[in-house]
Amino acid sequence: MEHTLRGRVAVAGVGETAYYKRGQAPDAEFKLALDAVKTACANAGIDARDVDGFASYSNDRSDPSRLAAALGCKELRFANMQWGGGGGGGSGAIANAAAAINSGLAETVVVFRALAQGQFGRFGQGPRRNTIAGDMAYSVPYGLMSPAQMFAMKVVRFMHDHGVEQNALRAISLACYEHAQNNPRAVMYGRPLDEATYDASRWIVEPFHLYDCCMENDGAAAMVLVSSERAKDLPNPPCYLLGAVAGSHYRAGASVHNTPDYASSTFKTLAPRLYAMSGLQPEDVDVLQSYENFTGGVLMSIVEHGFCAPEACNEFFTKDRFLAAGGDLPLNTSGGNLAECYMHGLGLNIEGVRQIWGQSTSQVADAEVSMVISGPMVTPVSACVFGSEATR
Amino acid sequence: MNDFYLNAGLPQPAATPLDEPYWQGLRENRLLAQRCNACGGWQWGPEWICHHCHSDDVGFVEVAPEGVIYSYERVWHPVHPALGEQGPYIVVLVSLPQAGDVRMIGNLLGDPEQPVEIGAEVDGVFEHHEDADPAFTLLQWQLR
Repeated sequence: MEHTLRGRVAVAGVGETAYYKRGQAPDAEFKLALDAVKTACANAGIDARDVDGFASYSNDRSDPSRLAAALGCKELRFANMQWGGGGGGGSGAIANAAAAINSGLAETVVVFRALAQGQFGRFGQGPRRNTIAGDMAYSVPYGLMSPAQMFAMKVVRFMHDHGVEQNALRAISLACYEHAQNNPRAVMYGRPLDEATYDASRWIVEPFHLYDCCMENDGAAAMVLVSSERAKDLPNPPCYLLGAVAGSHYRAGASVHNTPDYASSTFKTLAPRLYAMSGLQPEDVDVLQSYENFTGGVLMSIVEHGFCAPEACNEFFTKDRFLAAGGDLPLNTSGGNLAECYMHGLGLNIEGVRQIWGQSTSQVADAEVSMVISGPMVTPVSACVFGSEATR
Repeated sequence: MNDFYLNAGLPQPAATPLDEPYWQGLRENRLLAQRCNACGGWQWGPEWICHHCHSDDVGFVEVAPEGVIYSYERVWHPVHPALGEQGPYIVVLVSLPQAGDVRMIGNLLGDPEQPVEIGAEVDGVFEHHEDADPAFTLLQWQLR
C-alpha cells in the first residue's frame, strides 16, 4: 500500500460551542468539550456513542477516558495527545487521528480542543512564583516570558534579514478583522479595524501592535474524522484530508533560542512534505487558514509554504489579496485567532472544512483546495490540506 | 530605584544539577558555557550529552563575555506585576563568536528607547543581586 494519507480519511462533521471572551464561558471546560463533541457528531450524522477515538494537543485537560465515559462510548480504541507545541498541534492531531483510522486502530475519531481560562490559567501572563529553574531561568529574569515576547525575537530577525516593513503585518490583521465582520460567531464581530486604528494601537512588544496578537478565549471545538469510504454515506459533502504533516527542522527545540535556523515559522522542512503528500503546489491552494498567534508567524508561514519569496513580502502582503471577496490568496476567512476566536487554532481547521463545504461566512467561490497551517514558530508545528470530491 | 536593569520582583533563577556551574560562574564574574570534552563542540542551553558527538563528557568552559546582537525586542506591555511600572525595556539575543556562536539572552543596558542594531558588538556586565536569598547574578549586555 502506498504510504500516504492522501484521500484516505474525510471530515464527517464539525462542532463548536459559542465563543467567549477569556474567562466568560458560563460552563466548565469539560462541559464545553462535551458540547463541542456532541455538536460535531450531530453535524456528522453519527451517534456520539460510536466514537471510538479522541485526539487532541497542547495537553488538553479533557481526558479522553472521561469523555468516553460521559458520552457512553461503546469502546475506546485511540486516545492520543500530540506533544508540546501549543497551537502547533492542531493539524497534527488531525494527522494522528487520520493515521489511526487509515491503519485500522480506530474508526470514528474526534479531534477536539477545549479552553476555559477563567476556570484555569492564562497563556499571556508571566509565571507567578519566586524562583524559576531550567530553560526559563535564562529568559524570565530578563523579562522574556510571554508567547509574544518569545516569538517577537524571531520576527525581528526575519524582518531585518529581508527588509520587511510593518505594513506587511498590518495587512494580515486587517484581513482577519474584515472577515470577522461577516461572521456572527466571531468575538470581534461588529468591531471593524482600519489602518489608522491599527497604527495608533499600543505596542505589546515590537513589532507587534495590540492587533497583531491573538485573543485569549473560552470555548471548545471538535471535528469528526472517518474513512473516506464511510464518509460517502454520511450527510455532509465529502471533505477529504489530502495531506497532513507535523514536526520541525533540525534542533528546532534547542533551548534558549539556539535553534540554528532561527528566524523561521518552523515549516521549511514540513511544507515540501505537505505538498508532496497532497500532490499539490502553492498555486493550487484556493483558500488558506494560517494560525495567528502573532501576525509575524503568519508572515513567515506564508513565505515558507512557498506563496511568496522572502524579499517580496512588502509587495505581496496587502489586505486585498487576502480577502475572500476577490483576493488571490484568501486568508483566515472566519476572522481567525485574531478576530473570530482563539480556540488554539482548531477553529481554523473547522473554517478550512467549511470552505470546502461552501458554508463559510466569507465563502471563496469554487473552493476545492483548502490549506490550514497550525501554530507557527513553536515546535512541533503542523499543517494540513482539505479537498473537495474533485480533488480526490 | 535600584541598580538593576529591571524592577525587582521577577522570579529569580535557581540552579539545577545540569547548570549549577553556569550560575556559580556568574557569581564569580565568569561566564561559562557548555563545551564537549570529547569533540570540543559548544552548546547552549546546557544538556546532558553533546549534540555534536553524543558524548556525555560535557563540561563548562570560561568564555570572554563578548558577543554580537543576533536579534532583539523592545517590550512595552508588562505581563508580570513586577514590571507594571517598568516602561519599555530591551531584551537582546547575543551570539558568542568565541563559543561556537551559541546564543544567550539578556537585557541591553542604557536608554530603553534607543535604536538597536543587529550585528552590534556588546560586552557582558555582571549584575549581582546580593540581597536576594539566595544571592544570584544575571549577565547583561552593553554596547562596546
